[in-house]
Amino acid sequence: MAGLTLFDKIWRPHVIADLGGGFALLHLDRILVHDLSGARALEEVEEKGHRVARPELVFATPDHAVSTQPGRTEDTFPVGGRMLRAMRRRTAQHGIRLFDLDQDGTGIVHVIGPELGITLPGVTLVCGDSHTCTHGGMGALAFGIGSSELVHALATQTLAQRTPKTMRLRFEGALPAGVTAKDMILHAIGRLGTAGGTGYAVEYAGSAVRGLPMEARFTLCNLSIEMGNKIGMVAPDDTTYQYIDGRDFAPRGAALEAAIAHWRTLPSDADARFDAEHVIDMKEVAPQITWGTSPEHVIAVDQAIPDPARAPDANRKAAWESALKYQGLEPGRPIAGTRVDWVFIGSCTNSRISDLRAAATIAKGRRTAAHVTAWVVPGSRRVKEQAEAEGLDKVFLAAGFHWREPGCSMCVASNGETVPPGQRSVSTSNRNFASRQGPDARTHLASPAMAAAAAIAGAITDVRRI
Amino acid sequence: MNRFTKLEGVAAPFLRANVDTDMIIPMTRLVGTSRADIEASGFALFRFNGDGTENPDFVLNQPVWKGAPILLAGDNFGCGSSREAAVWALAGMGIRVVIAPSFGDIFYNNCFQNGMLPVELPIAAIEELAEEMRASPGNARVTVDLERQIVVSPRGRELPFKVEANRRDALLQGLDDIGVTLTHRDAIAAWQAKDRAARPWVWLKA
Repeated sequence: MAGLTLFDKIWRPHVIADLGGGFALLHLDRILVHDLSGARALEEVEEKGHRVARPELVFATPDHAVSTQPGRTEDTFPVGGRMLRAMRRRTAQHGIRLFDLDQDGTGIVHVIGPELGITLPGVTLVCGDSHTCTHGGMGALAFGIGSSELVHALATQTLAQRTPKTMRLRFEGALPAGVTAKDMILHAIGRLGTAGGTGYAVEYAGSAVRGLPMEARFTLCNLSIEMGNKIGMVAPDDTTYQYIDGRDFAPRGAALEAAIAHWRTLPSDADARFDAEHVIDMKEVAPQITWGTSPEHVIAVDQAIPDPARAPDANRKAAWESALKYQGLEPGRPIAGTRVDWVFIGSCTNSRISDLRAAATIAKGRRTAAHVTAWVVPGSRRVKEQAEAEGLDKVFLAAGFHWREPGCSMCVASNGETVPPGQRSVSTSNRNFASRQGPDARTHLASPAMAAAAAIAGAITDVRRI
Repeated sequence: MNRFTKLEGVAAPFLRANVDTDMIIPMTRLVGTSRADIEASGFALFRFNGDGTENPDFVLNQPVWKGAPILLAGDNFGCGSSREAAVWALAGMGIRVVIAPSFGDIFYNNCFQNGMLPVELPIAAIEELAEEMRASPGNARVTVDLERQIVVSPRGRELPFKVEANRRDALLQGLDDIGVTLTHRDAIAAWQAKDRAARPWVWLKA
């Protein structure tokens, strides 16, 4: 019999009942809720005559609909203020922990989960947000759900789910100069496509992944859903255990030792069999930038904008043509040098302290181009405080960047913060969909250092040349 | 949950690949709006011009296809954001079935929660359905029969499709899935008691 995968070792013990046909009733160890859908879901639990099953395993934070303007109040974005007050009322009523606006622990839900030790190896975790796969960087089995599934989760602490297939994606070799976890995953999406992982839980493995620090593993897992994988994971190891030690909701002392002994059994067995396997040679990975309106529309920064005439099929030819038209780009020209109006450094992909340090290294002693508006939006209140303790805020401000309050901000533009129509943005977020960052906004996804370099140069720039 | 058994109607072809949920319902029509606003906003990005008027070039605005209850779609339909409002927005346009070669996983789950049936068929079969629809615009109809798990083309060809048994039953009977889960109440409690002993660090105090 073949060995078990990391995924199998978490999924199988969480099955409460086999529902037949590949479906399982799965126990949920953690549920995270945010301001966009949180209050409404809790209201619906009541309307349907249920209670929140395990409020002590549920955590809430406002992130999607809060203003990130310096000096904000909850009503700086009034719609968000209403949502926050509703969430405050409902969470209090159900005894759910809320990390309220500007309180310690608050921030983007996928940043604070790991940061507070709510996310742990081996747990199942859901949230009404597709980027919940981020938590897989901890060796958790985490996935995004819709609002009806969220109501079911809250009312029962379980979900009926189809067992996904398993995929392993190995990154082998050392990271070349200028290459980050963001570049690794964008490169992979370019190769496998946005539907390449649909129906699979992916485990990222290989020597390059083993060497990644925790925050980079969260970035890697964050974009799993952009490859179609609802679940992305990295096996826990000593890097993970060191990260967890001392976090607010993580076990301590003897309890931590017992937990680590269990977590050490989770990595995939040497003879584990996956339904699909892919290998990426790190020598092939250069700093990436997206050119179109899908995360699979991605190239290395030193490449030319693709020509739809060379698209592999008619469907993609049409998609490429429409993307180029939307983005206002000409095929065949180098992407480097394309003039940029906005830069956004933030989001659940790239707003952690290591991301801000990487951007600050580029920004230090330089100035943003006069025509560029550049925002830095830390992922959580703790990230913001840490950055300020290190003086990164001063580095950014001196270089002409705006230093803002934590939240999702311009990644999803659900708080009214948008890139103006027709303007071009380099963003460290995860989706370059048409109108994602605001109506008719043009988005190019890249790493924090690449985004900072674009802000300085006023154009898409190869970070290796700075 | 809304029931779904069988439906006969116009199947509108919109075979673009990778239609994401931002395209189906953009954030600007989602935050601070009502359910009625959402239901009036399906495919807003394609359906409306900047000034709010209808874009006559968009297939679902054309008289033959407008109000079609069946959508013929491309690969990876509903990828991206988990927003369930994408399903509400499609339902608001009268769509009850989406036939595509593949779906975004979260969107696929969200469909079943709202009495919407996502049907997976090979792209070649979908293209043929689109051809048969276009060959007789205004008259051609497609039938989707969940009980028999077949799609019947305008020319009467029967195309079988797969759907998991428990999802099929839930749709056919309009089951309340929380109610179904709570029939496992004792098993859930037993699982939790056992896990509390095995993994105490997971079980936080209130």
